[in-house]
Amino acid sequence: MTKPITKIAPNAPSFYDNDPQDELITLNLGPTHPATHGVFQNVLQIDGERIVSGISTIGYIHRAFEKIAEHRPFYQITPLTDRLNYCSSPINNMGWHMTVEKLLEIEIPKRVQYMRVIVMELARIADHIICNGILGVDTGAFSGFLYVMQEREFIYEIFEEICGARLTTNIGRIGGFERDFNDIAFAKIHEFLKRFPPVLEEFENLFVRNRIFIERTSGVAAVTPEEALSYSWSGPILRATGVDYDVRAVSPYCSYEDFDFEVPVGTKGDVYDRFMVRNAEMWQSLRIIEQALEKIAGEPAGVFHADVPEFYLPPKEQVYTNMEALIYHFKIVMGEWEAPKDEVYFAVEGGNGELGFYMIHDGGRSPYRLHFRRPSFINYQMFAPMSSGMLLSDAIINMSSLNVIAGELDA
Amino acid sequence: MSKVTLAEAPPGVEGAGFFATSLDKAIGLARANSLWPLPFATSCCGIEFMATMGSTYDLARFGAERPSFSPRQADMLLVMGTIAKKMAPVLKQVYVQMAEPRWVIAVGACASSGGIFDTYSVLQGIDEIIPVDVYVPGCPPRPEAILDGVLRLQDIVKSESLNRRNTPEYRALLESYGILAEIENG
Amino acid sequence: MGNFDNQYITDRLQRNFGTDVKILGESFGLLSVGTAKERIIDLLRFLKEDDELSFSYLTDITAVHYPELEDPFCIVYHLHNLVQNIRIRIKVFVGGEPPSIPTATTLWKGANWMERETYDFFGIDFQGHPDLRRILNMDDLDVFPMRKEYPLEDPNRVDKKDFYFGR
Repeated sequence: MTKPITKIAPNAPSFYDNDPQDELITLNLGPTHPATHGVFQNVLQIDGERIVSGISTIGYIHRAFEKIAEHRPFYQITPLTDRLNYCSSPINNMGWHMTVEKLLEIEIPKRVQYMRVIVMELARIADHIICNGILGVDTGAFSGFLYVMQEREFIYEIFEEICGARLTTNIGRIGGFERDFNDIAFAKIHEFLKRFPPVLEEFENLFVRNRIFIERTSGVAAVTPEEALSYSWSGPILRATGVDYDVRAVSPYCSYEDFDFEVPVGTKGDVYDRFMVRNAEMWQSLRIIEQALEKIAGEPAGVFHADVPEFYLPPKEQVYTNMEALIYHFKIVMGEWEAPKDEVYFAVEGGNGELGFYMIHDGGRSPYRLHFRRPSFINYQMFAPMSSGMLLSDAIINMSSLNVIAGELDA
Repeated sequence: MSKVTLAEAPPGVEGAGFFATSLDKAIGLARANSLWPLPFATSCCGIEFMATMGSTYDLARFGAERPSFSPRQADMLLVMGTIAKKMAPVLKQVYVQMAEPRWVIAVGACASSGGIFDTYSVLQGIDEIIPVDVYVPGCPPRPEAILDGVLRLQDIVKSESLNRRNTPEYRALLESYGILAEIENG
Repeated sequence: MGNFDNQYITDRLQRNFGTDVKILGESFGLLSVGTAKERIIDLLRFLKEDDELSFSYLTDITAVHYPELEDPFCIVYHLHNLVQNIRIRIKVFVGGEPPSIPTATTLWKGANWMERETYDFFGIDFQGHPDLRRILNMDDLDVFPMRKEYPLEDPNRVDKKDFYFGR
């Protein structure tokens, strides 16, 4: 029998004392189990409540993104990225656009970059709200989830104001945005900055010093930084182990170097630390949004895209009235544009970690090869090995604190 | 004044101290207003369903208070998100496990038709493997659209005859999906 | 240990591996090197364990299919030195059927699923891998769908016949 690798809370009874039965049960957890928030299957060998070993099966919503991407022009790949990590689609959209911009070497105006930062940080907050809210639900505290979900709806309203969609936003264009933020959008962002902090504070008050929550999460699924790095973890769960690797800080993109923010890290890498890191990141995101709004005010108004007509999809009303716009529109839609034959790797800090785009372009209509480095896929790999020795209920909250998103996992 | 909203009575004969209607309609009314949903959420639409269940949109207003994660105690299967071919047998089994009467809503483009994922690995609409009652368009549909889908299903449920599930047509429908034998053998 | 640049990495690699390691390019500041499958594990181990280079973080493993080449499969490793924040890309071209390469799971535990995914999509046999099974696709799929010869759409579909569209 494998020995438990995780720490047991000090007052928890040992299940190995005088065990009269040494018989294991096979439990099929998933792929449609209510406790797993998505289509994950784990076949577990359990000894009473304790997991002895497990095998993860994934691919239940494998949609062949990479194969589709080889058959679609660049603009049609944006909707695919939406559906990778659908809790924070705008980050994926921006990541993809910035990958193409890196390939095309397009210079983006500062104001557009700050606008992107706002959208990305709002998306990050929405992502972390889901993860931490659900973690609360899984530990038996439902109300926190209801409080923060209302704010998440408000973030959706902001997205709706900016691009018209709530969840799968398909936001932006290569070179910038499809339209400027309108006054209502700015007003709503300002309102969000006012109304969210008290809610987040209340949410934290419900959990941070809550004895039950601490007992359930502290020390559970603790991971050492060495182990996390050997499994190529990234994102909040890596930072919870104490490694301060954040793509925004290490290789700043989209003018993140202009912002003053901290990279919160944990010490033990357990579920509690991951919760705290995500909460702290929400506070940092709020700081970043605040600074971005200030910076936007100092930039020339009305600039919302780079001046690259050969790549930036022209507005529809111009396509109908302006010859030049029509030509560009046709060329862009048919994928007949001049792009260097090259390969590029670009990474953004997604909700769950380093979201990388590795693109090889051979001058055709669509990328020759596009590979997504999907943090959920890589982070989830450790779930089964680290579950052995854990209580079943701990494994469930471990899974929800990993925040694995099925769309990103299976691609 | 009570704040409880009463469901609208079905057409019938009313007089002093009595109300008469057919059993079909009375049962249909009861069923329609206590549909227990089984959320079969696989991807993006599931997140929108979360919003639908949440405080802002509140699906519970329409009698669907209790999401049932066990197929045995559910009436309304909401399939939300892409169903890959690897997932198809699981979905079929969940459908078979549900007790009659059961209804299915295909929420979103992927469940209805495969959506933008016209690939080798994705099932092109769940109606290839199980019968569907209501299709909700959108990628993903807004919570209002999901609510509307549930309301449309309520209309179907209200007008369904009690005998429908025993008719040869219904058996032929199940047979065409190849699940009749499985269902009858439990 | 100061900052080092791609030139320094190139020098170190050439001193240690000579002609076994080729410099393929430096697009967008990211150094790409190529090697043969016989030397790949040595190269990865050197890059990972060298005190100075210390590319200890495996970002990604994937593959690319070039059907017209003699060795049609290119396996691509991205490594990252988190301290100096330098990335490097390593490419290995392999041929044969099945195309094979030694596994990197001996160096990084995280390589396990990345290699399974690559096997699933391209059919590359990672020799020595502890559990080389399909990961995303169904077990009974008998093709490797990311190879260029296989179509995107399911060829067995019947609902897309021209007949239905009046053609």
